[in-house]
Amino acid sequence: MNRTMYDLIGLAAGVCFILALKGLSHPKTARRGNLIGALGATIATLVVFAYNAPLNNLGWIIGAIAVGSLIGVPAARRVQMTQMPQLVALFNGVGGGAAALVAIVEYLALGDGASTAVVIFTVFTVVVGCVSFSGSIITFLKLQELMTTRPVVFPGGRFVIAATLAAVFGVSGWVVIELGTTPLLVLAALSLLFGVLFVLPVGGADVPIVISLLNAFTGLTVAASGYVLDSTLLIIAGTLVGASGTILTRLMADAMGRSLFGTLFGAFTAKPQDASSAGEERPVRSGSPDDVAILLNYARRVVIVPGFGLAVAQAQHTVRELADLMISKGIDVAYGIHPVAGRMPGHMNVLLAEANVPYDQLAEMDEVNPTFGQTDVAIVIGANDVVNPAAQTTPGCPIYGMPILEVSNAANVIFLKRSMRPGFAGIENELLYDPKTMLLFGDAKASLTKVVSALKAL
Amino acid sequence: MDAMAIVSIFVLAVFVGFEVVSKVSSTLHTPLMSGANAIHGVILVGAIIVADHSETTLELGLSVAAIILATINMIGGFVVTDRMLEMFKGNKKGADK
Repeated sequence: MNRTMYDLIGLAAGVCFILALKGLSHPKTARRGNLIGALGATIATLVVFAYNAPLNNLGWIIGAIAVGSLIGVPAARRVQMTQMPQLVALFNGVGGGAAALVAIVEYLALGDGASTAVVIFTVFTVVVGCVSFSGSIITFLKLQELMTTRPVVFPGGRFVIAATLAAVFGVSGWVVIELGTTPLLVLAALSLLFGVLFVLPVGGADVPIVISLLNAFTGLTVAASGYVLDSTLLIIAGTLVGASGTILTRLMADAMGRSLFGTLFGAFTAKPQDASSAGEERPVRSGSPDDVAILLNYARRVVIVPGFGLAVAQAQHTVRELADLMISKGIDVAYGIHPVAGRMPGHMNVLLAEANVPYDQLAEMDEVNPTFGQTDVAIVIGANDVVNPAAQTTPGCPIYGMPILEVSNAANVIFLKRSMRPGFAGIENELLYDPKTMLLFGDAKASLTKVVSALKAL
Repeated sequence: MDAMAIVSIFVLAVFVGFEVVSKVSSTLHTPLMSGANAIHGVILVGAIIVADHSETTLELGLSVAAIILATINMIGGFVVTDRMLEMFKGNKKGADK
């Protein structure tokens, strides 16, 4: 195969990626878009085999692809819907790691004749790839709740971060001038450290934004590798992901009412939380499934607000059963979907779609908020932060400024919760102590099943 | 490739990237992120190229690791995105009823 052919096929793969992103932006074409992307990636991989044939180390290459597939496919197939976000984070991290490794190998193979530009791009890939790798691992640990979901801040934290960043720049300069393996390894280690430090202070609720940002970072490293390896395809694919990832990060931050800066550095500027109220025993009104059923039976309009608890309990089918039952009783039912309910934007839509909840019952936040005044009952199922009035009333709390579902305007609020434990962001919710709030403790699915049978009996 | 051509490709690709996702609803943020994530798994191509060039055991070892990671990123990414979107398809059927 000659070079022109190779470049043309590479271009076709690049076009596939553009069509993939375009398709993924609309619900109707999303699945096809993803398949076109997969097609592009397959073409790109096959053409590399054909162009470079016969490849050295072919056995190793095929073996490594087989191992990667054997790890990646089962992981992607078996993952629970609730754990989807952390899997995406992990995939992004390994992608960044792969880009960094490619750059390290390139660097080892660089001769004396390498141009400064090539060295700079190689070093850039090592740095950003490592940051993306270690940062994604931390987001994975946070989402999997293997470590605390609260912002991790330590005294002088921002100086340590600034110092690490300065060191990364300094050593990068050294590597570019000196061309040595040891400085490169020092640089990789520093970059890994920076990735960790950079994500630690981010609060749990903001993690999806960071994943999206790291995703864009990985895209840029791929583009830089494309320059070093003289592959137009990698430049196109990487730049596309970098650009669209940046826009996506901004859209997500807007959907959560956060500035990107606030997300990344908010933990350093936030005032310490008043912890005194958290330890106190305060009275709450808890009810039985029968109480809930009676309340629902006499309601005219009910809004269901699902959150991560619904996902954990896999209660999406039960909640649909409850909604159908209420509709059959002539009650007006809508789902109030917060854009970031769950662990990722759109998480709830995916979950409710799985239970075949009709589209028209799903109401977005801007749509549903003005209607809470005419709503008799708001049922909050395993959600907390997205309905926490502290986001509007308490400046300095980690979620301050995030738009919320204003369920407190409804005549009655029912919380289905496992315990009084605060939500993912770790903030107390005043609404739980409101006299018009009733709490039904227990696993969301078990509670909903009881409510459904109680409601049927009425 | 000459520098100007590369800069042109880069700038145009940035604009295309901005343009194609600029008006996406929040429902699709997660699948879109996941799909874009799978696309950068195409670094697999780069990993294969460096494996082909590898002469020392160290280089080959690192390249093989890179291929494994890139394959996980790419194949896993597309499969998981498809699984997410499969559920949206069920949704449409539900609405049609």
